[in-house]
Amino acid sequence: MSALVPQALSIRLQGCAKTFRDGTRALESLDLSISAGETLVLLGPSGCGKTTTLRLIAGLEQPDAGGKVFFDDTDVTTLGIEARKIGMVFQSYALFPNMTVAQNVGYGLRILKMPKTEQQVRIREMLAMMRIEALADRRIDQLSGGQRQRVALARALAVRPQALLLDEPLTALDARLRDALRVEINQLLRSLGITTIYVTHDQAEAMALGDRIIVMSHGRVEQIGTPREIYHQPGSAFVANFIGSMNQLRGVVTPQGFTCSAGCLNWDRSGVAERVLFRPEDVSIVTSSEFAELTGVVKASFFMGDHTRLLVDVGDEAPITVLDDARCPQAVGQKLYMRVAPLGLMSI
Amino acid sequence: MIYMFLPAAAFFSAFFILPMCRLFLVGGSGAIGWRAYSVIVTDSNYFNALLATFGVALATTVTTLLIGGLVGVFLQRYRFPGRSFLMAIITLPMAFPGVVIGFMVIMLAGRQGLIGQISMALGGDRLVFAYSFLGLFLGYVYFSLPRTILTIVAAAEKLDPKLEEAARSFGANTWHVVWDVIMPGLKPALISAGAICFATAIGAFGTAFTLATRINVLPMVIYTEFTLSANIAMAAALSFVLGALTWIVLALARSAAGNTVAAAA
Ligand SMILES: Nc1ncnc2c1ncn2[C@@H]1O[C@H](COP(=O)(O)OP(=O)(O)OP(=O)(O)O)[C@@H](O)[C@H]1O
Ligand SMILES: [Mg+2]
Repeated sequence: MSALVPQALSIRLQGCAKTFRDGTRALESLDLSISAGETLVLLGPSGCGKTTTLRLIAGLEQPDAGGKVFFDDTDVTTLGIEARKIGMVFQSYALFPNMTVAQNVGYGLRILKMPKTEQQVRIREMLAMMRIEALADRRIDQLSGGQRQRVALARALAVRPQALLLDEPLTALDARLRDALRVEINQLLRSLGITTIYVTHDQAEAMALGDRIIVMSHGRVEQIGTPREIYHQPGSAFVANFIGSMNQLRGVVTPQGFTCSAGCLNWDRSGVAERVLFRPEDVSIVTSSEFAELTGVVKASFFMGDHTRLLVDVGDEAPITVLDDARCPQAVGQKLYMRVAPLGLMSI
Repeated sequence: MIYMFLPAAAFFSAFFILPMCRLFLVGGSGAIGWRAYSVIVTDSNYFNALLATFGVALATTVTTLLIGGLVGVFLQRYRFPGRSFLMAIITLPMAFPGVVIGFMVIMLAGRQGLIGQISMALGGDRLVFAYSFLGLFLGYVYFSLPRTILTIVAAAEKLDPKLEEAARSFGANTWHVVWDVIMPGLKPALISAGAICFATAIGAFGTAFTLATRINVLPMVIYTEFTLSANIAMAAALSFVLGALTWIVLALARSAAGNTVAAAA
């Protein structure tokens, strides 16, 4: 399969800021490099500049003066999208409604003036890869959302682009289909080894697909790292709270550890900390006060299927979230003794 | 289902079947009986008028769609100073009666017209074409352009810019984008604007009345038969043929385009 992609491309943005004509500053000066064959996910809340970044890379927008875009070592800043040889997949799919599935998939080949018989072979190959051979002669309005997504991917990949850019390709689909396609896209990208930039605001999608994730907020990069780094070593309070759920306790460092209103946590790191963070899965419930680091009262309980999610009042601003057994959870109003795994403690 | 069928059927009979039947019958009730219909083909006076009418209407439609399409897409895409003013005055010609439009064509291309004066000043002959096909054609285009432009602007608003970006990502140039994205997207609007333009040009009377002194178009012939010769049967026969032919042309255009429109939907 990797023969489908001639050679992967590395992409570099240098000082790319974007101010729209109406004065909107969509992107602060951004430096970024994406190595050949890597899947990079742009993650962040709505309006943070993900699409703008992607469009800069695609050549659909120009960076403000001084910004440069490099494909390998070539400066492509002034090249339009026509000349950049990248594959695009849009959230709305943007399939040509006046063409059949096969014509859509073959569109780029037609523009490249590939001989007709070769086109047919390539189209069939792409349809087979996306498992939509049976739909070849369908019109676009006769397809489901998931099928359209496959056609859009097949169309983008048919011309063997240097890189693949996807803007929230799964957002319009229902949750179950999204999960299935996410797995499929992941396998596809791995087997193709194509340089990919994937925009999403869904953190689960980002974790599952990305070699690296860029978390953005308000036109700025908050953190760049592997999914594990982003999750376990968030670089800022924004990242900590945006990815997964995070508990926060205020207190002071004492010789015993980190002391807060609910107890004392095992904290042996040097330096001062006014707040510690930890994830719900690092909290364990203990039966006796003897082993407890924290004490609290269960305020609310939510059954999630495979576990129960407890909100526990520990006398801080916000209650902390604790995961409990699915079948016999603690009752609301009950006193709870907890420990936190020392490795799970963070301070920012 | 029946509740939707009934009003449609009532509309269709009131506006189409009943008047056309009546016209058809009256057409055969004159001195020459049903021969009134064959005369339209055999009499060169009638037949040439018929050809002229459809010829001018066709030329008007094609030209209007071409100019209207370009201007409409341009107006929708580009913001420039004076754009909203232009959009506001663009409907002006629609408010003019046909006679006024005819008069304007005379002022432009008549014996004392601007074009004639300019061509004289440049040392050539006095150019006068207000009373020819060209004059009629100019008047019809002038009248039909605003409606066409507005229809195209509205349709162009609805084009998905992502489609164009997708095409361009494959290296498509401007012509590819126009043929593969913009034209298919505008097709329904082009068809309906074209149909209205064609029908208007077939039936426009005021402009023809002012300008058609040298050429014969069917509305003028019908008027002459009706008022001057009091040949009501012949007027009715001509009207019926005019209506039926227009309907056939529009139906053909619609179904020819419809096949591709269905594929585009
Ligand atoms: N053409 C434009 N003109 C002016 N402002 C724009 C334009 N496009 C985007 N913006 C603004 O730039 C900012 C970033 O937009 P962008 O589309 O990159 O966000 P995003 O991260 O993709 O959000 P979403 O998840 O909602 O798609 C937003 O504040 C947006 O309103
Ligand atoms: Mg976006």
